[in-house]
Amino acid sequence: MNSTDFTRRHESDWLRLQAMIDAALSTRRRPGRRAGASAPGGDAEFPSLYRQLCQQLALARDRRYPPHIIDRLNVLALTGHEALYGSRRGLWRAIRNFALEGFPLLVRRHWRLFWAATALTYLPALAMAYVVWSQPQMVYSLIDPQQVLEFENMYRPGRAHVGFKRDADVNFMMFGHYIQNNISIGFRCFAGGLLFGLGAVAALVFNGLLLGAVAVHLTRLGYAAQFFQFVVGHGAFELTAISLCGMAGLMLGQALIAPGRLTRRDALAQAAHDAVKIVYGAAAMLLIAAFIEAFWSSSRWVPASVKFGTAVLLWTLVAGYFLFMGRRRAH
Amino acid sequence: MLDTIRAIETPEGVTIELRVAGPVPRALAWGIDFAIRAVLYMIVAGVVLRFGKLGQGMLLITVFLLEWFYPVLFEVYRNGATPGKQALNLAVVQDDGIPVGWSASMVRNLLRTIDLLPFLYGCGLVSMMLGRDFKRLGDIAARTVVVYRDKARPLPALPEAAPRHPPVPLSASEQQAIVAFAARTRRLTVERAEELAQIVAAVGGASRAGLNELLGYARYIAGER
Repeated sequence: MNSTDFTRRHESDWLRLQAMIDAALSTRRRPGRRAGASAPGGDAEFPSLYRQLCQQLALARDRRYPPHIIDRLNVLALTGHEALYGSRRGLWRAIRNFALEGFPLLVRRHWRLFWAATALTYLPALAMAYVVWSQPQMVYSLIDPQQVLEFENMYRPGRAHVGFKRDADVNFMMFGHYIQNNISIGFRCFAGGLLFGLGAVAALVFNGLLLGAVAVHLTRLGYAAQFFQFVVGHGAFELTAISLCGMAGLMLGQALIAPGRLTRRDALAQAAHDAVKIVYGAAAMLLIAAFIEAFWSSSRWVPASVKFGTAVLLWTLVAGYFLFMGRRRAH
Repeated sequence: MLDTIRAIETPEGVTIELRVAGPVPRALAWGIDFAIRAVLYMIVAGVVLRFGKLGQGMLLITVFLLEWFYPVLFEVYRNGATPGKQALNLAVVQDDGIPVGWSASMVRNLLRTIDLLPFLYGCGLVSMMLGRDFKRLGDIAARTVVVYRDKARPLPALPEAAPRHPPVPLSASEQQAIVAFAARTRRLTVERAEELAQIVAAVGGASRAGLNELLGYARYIAGER
């Protein structure tokens, strides 16, 4: 059979297949799923048409048919391949499963890295706290005086409200600020892991130093009550989430430094697959934190005792979530 | 052969070919996307900033969403192409040729932060130059490639000649070369075309392949009898 006959014989199949592929790729639904619902009698034969096409492509190559025919079949096979195997289903269900069990399971599986990331924040924090406690002026070695003054003003006792001046619209502005700023920091902390983990380590350590310095500096000034009632609540989500982002960054770094039996490329791709899921979870937590921080932590109508009580509850919630969720399904 | 074709094997056991895209078209696509985002910011800012602090909050959230999720949403929902990529006929696909999903797209776009370093996508560019498939670091980690969305090229118009059976069996690339040459003769002077045709005779050792014979072979290869 020569190529002209070949084309004549299969042309109609190719055109039909082309139409199905175009429809599938434009609606992002796999042809054959919901067969008959949208195109009666049409979609169900997509897989067989596609496999025939693959065979025809192989045949055309083997028989050395002219390039334009092979080219056409190649493009058809390529898009058909995408339409058949690139199904996209059940996003909401995937999110639900991830929230209920996938996320805590993943974090527990890599628990060593979680504690490593946490230690990289809190050991420097303790060290800095000690330094600033014994030599108060050391706070200026880390933070410039202007900023220190801002911190002092934010938490000065006797002000009508904690933090910034707050009205409803200011709350919302700060909500936007926390989302844009904090989640971006989280994302960068993760991405920094690509520099053999160094970026993530630097971000975690710097964060810790800042935390230690500010907390002790304000405590020495006697602003402790104001400061802690502001931070403890959303801290449950925010501090944990930053540790998680750092942990995801460390996963990338670990894959690059110690790829084990894989090549560095493969190890990186594999680690990134898990790590990015942790980043999803952490981003969601930072979103919750931003909400609490903007609308609850700063509210002046809530007495300090209630804030501390809530904080205990939130920390328990976060700890309980990561310790216990998804355990039954894991066995 | 020095080309940018990348073959992937499908579960059906055939190989299909993708053409990977280099830094220049990708940079242009990025430029287009950047312009689109800039315009969007201006529009959103124009509307939202009338609402004072509330509007500032909304603007910040918009900035966050656009900066991080603009490429992700387009890649996942528009067949791997942001508007910029679409304009340049590019798309992101996974290494095995299937469309990118959420995870792969998130990985490559979050790690963009590092590819940007130290300036003007320095890391990304170096990584693209070192690898085979023009992958920036984000692409390596996400197992994705940026490819051309080729339209099947129709057979080019060939000059008149009587179809002629080639004297020796020709490989696919040889066939391709002859057809391409035949299509190109329209833009050459007759003398130059003759001259080029002589090279084939010398290399192939075939009886005598003048210009007319070659054009005949091209028509034959194209399926005429």
